Amino acid sequence: MGEMSISELEEMARKCRIEICKMTHRAQAGHPGGSLSEIDILCALYGRRLRVQTSNPKWEDRDRFILSKGHASPGMYAVLAEMGFISHADLESYRVKGGVCQGHVDMKWCPGVDFSAGSLGMGLSFGMGCAVAARIDGSSRNSYVMIGDGEMQEGSIWEAAMSAVHHELGNLKLFVDCNGIQNDDFCEVQMRMFDIPAKWSSFGWAVKVIDGHNMNEIVGAIEWMDTISDRPAVVIANTVKGKGVSFMENNPAFHGAAPSDEQLVQALSELGVSA
Amino acid sequence: MSRMAATRDGYGDALLALADNPKVVVLEADLGKSTKSLYFRKAHPERTISCGIGEQNMLLVGAGLASSGFIPFASTFAIFTERAFEQMRNGVARPNLAVHVCGSHGGTHTGTDGSSAQSIEDLAIYRTLPNVVVMHPCDDVSTKALTMQLPELGGPSYMRTARNKTPVLYDGRENEIKIGKGVELIEGKDVAIIACGVLVHEAIAAAKTLEEAGVSATVVDMHTLKPLDGELIESLAEKCGAVVTAEDHSIIGGLGGAVAEHLISTRPVPMERIGVQDRFGESAGAEEMLEMMGLKSHHIVDAAKRAIARKA
Ligand SMILES: Cc1ncc(C[n+]2csc(CCOP(=O)(O)OP(=O)(O)O)c2C)c(N)n1
Ligand SMILES: [Mg+2]
Repeated sequence: MGEMSISELEEMARKCRIEICKMTHRAQAGHPGGSLSEIDILCALYGRRLRVQTSNPKWEDRDRFILSKGHASPGMYAVLAEMGFISHADLESYRVKGGVCQGHVDMKWCPGVDFSAGSLGMGLSFGMGCAVAARIDGSSRNSYVMIGDGEMQEGSIWEAAMSAVHHELGNLKLFVDCNGIQNDDFCEVQMRMFDIPAKWSSFGWAVKVIDGHNMNEIVGAIEWMDTISDRPAVVIANTVKGKGVSFMENNPAFHGAAPSDEQLVQALSELGVSA
Repeated sequence: MSRMAATRDGYGDALLALADNPKVVVLEADLGKSTKSLYFRKAHPERTISCGIGEQNMLLVGAGLASSGFIPFASTFAIFTERAFEQMRNGVARPNLAVHVCGSHGGTHTGTDGSSAQSIEDLAIYRTLPNVVVMHPCDDVSTKALTMQLPELGGPSYMRTARNKTPVLYDGRENEIKIGKGVELIEGKDVAIIACGVLVHEAIAAAKTLEEAGVSATVVDMHTLKPLDGELIESLAEKCGAVVTAEDHSIIGGLGGAVAEHLISTRPVPMERIGVQDRFGESAGAEEMLEMMGLKSHHIVDAAKRAIARKA
C-alpha cells in the first residue's frame, strides 16, 4: 500500500464512522459501539501497513487481518469499501438477505474478509494457524488479529496466547480494543480483568499500550510491531466505545443498538456531515 | 389477534418467580440482557454469578453449585452453549448434576445476526446426552410453566428459547404444560403435525389451510423432545396414519429425528420432516429465514400432502 498521511488516515476514519452510523441505522440492528472504537486502528492498518491486493482479495501471500470480534463488522465493511474491496453500495446490504455484508464478518460472503467470525474467542487461534502457515511457506507475510476486551475473557484466547509464544510466532500481531464495555455492562462489572498488559507480558508477549484513537500512536505501534520478530506482539489500545458520537461514547446501551432517525441526524452532524 | 411475546421473556419471568427458593442461583455469560436472566439479576444480585464471556467456565461453575445443593440456571445464546458441550457432557450430564441450561436466540428465526448465531443443531446434540431433558417451548406461558417445573427435576436440562415475539397460545392454560407431555392443540384424523417452538405457529396455520382443502390435521406442540411423549406419538400414528414433524432446526437429529427413531420401532407410518436441510443460514429477517429454509406453513401443507399420499 502507498503511504497515507496521518491526516488522510484521520479523514478515512471519519468517513468510516459516518458509514458505521448509516449502516446500523439502516438495518436498525448491529453493533455501532465496538465498530467506532476499533475504526482508527483498522484504518491505520489497511491504509498504512497491510500488504493486500483489492483486485485479488484471495492473493495467497497477502497479510491476513482477522476481526475476531466479528460483531463489529460495520467498521470492517466501511474500511473494505474505502479500500475498494467492496463498493459503497454494498454497505447497504448490511444484514439484508443475500448481502455481502452479513451480520458478522464472513469470509464466504465478503471479499477481503479472512475469517468467519461471530463467536468470540476464535480469531486468535485462527490467526496463529495463518502465522504457522506463513512460516512453513517461508513467507514474510504477517497475521494481524483484533479482539475485544470482553472477548479476552474466553479461555481459548489464553490457549492461543500461550501456544503462540511457545511457537515463537513473530509474525503474529494482536490488537486488543480496550473500550471497557462488553455486551451487558462495563467490563468492570461483568468480569474485572485487572492489569491487562501484565497478563500478556506474563504469557511472554511483547506488549505496548497506546491511545487507540491517536493516529500517530497507532501508526507508531504498527511500526513497533514490525520490529518484533522473535515472539508475538500485542498492542493494548485504550479506546472509547462509541468514539466520535457523543451519546454513544462510553455508553453500554450502544454495544448492540442502532441509532434512531433523530439520533442518526445528530451523529452525522457531529461527524461533520451537514444536513 | 392474540397477545405476542418472546419465549425468552417467559424464561426471565420464571426465574424471578422461582427466586423464593433460596437455593436457586443464576449464572450469566454476558448475555443476561438478551436471555432475560437480567430480571433475576436486578432483583437478586447476591445470587447471580457473572462468569464473563466464558461459557465453558459457566457450565462447570454450575455443576459445582449443583453438587453443593444449589439449583443453578445458566443461560446464553443457544449457539454459545454449544462451546461448552463437552463440559455439559462430562461435567454435568455424566454425574447427573441438575444444572439447567437455557439457550436463547435459537434457530434461523433469530434472523439478521446471521449463520454464526443461528443454532440449528442444539436440540440434536443435547438429545444425545443421557440424563438431559431437552425442551423447546413455543410461547412465553409454556416457557414459564416448564421452567417452573425444573427445580423438581433432579437432573440436568437444556431449554431452547427464541429471540422474537410469537403468538401466545396458553394464556390461562399453564396447567396443561407438563415436562414430557405433548399438547394436542388441534385434533384431526388425516395427518398428525408434530411441531416445536416457533414452528408450532406455522403448524397451526398449516392445519387451517389443510382444513380448507378438506384435510383434517392434528397439531401437537411437542415442547419436550426428551423424554419424548412416545405414547402420544404412537396413538397419533395409529389414528392418522401419517406424520409430519416441523422445527426450526436441522432435519438431522432434532424433533424429526426423535419422532422417526420412535416410530420406526413401534408404529412406522409415512413421515415427512420439515426442518433446515443440512445447510447453514445467513443474515435475513426472521420471516425471510423461515421462507428461505422451507419452514413456512405452506411447506408444512405440502409435506402433509406428501405424507398422506404415501399412505398404503
Ligand atoms: C462465544 C460468544 N459468547 C457470547 C457472544 C455474544 N456477544 C457478542 S458481542 C459480546 C460482547 C463483546 O465485548 P467486547 O469483546 O468487549 O467487544 P466490543 O466492546 O469491542 O464490542 C458478546 C457477549 C459471542 N458473540 N460469542
Ligand atoms: Mg469491549
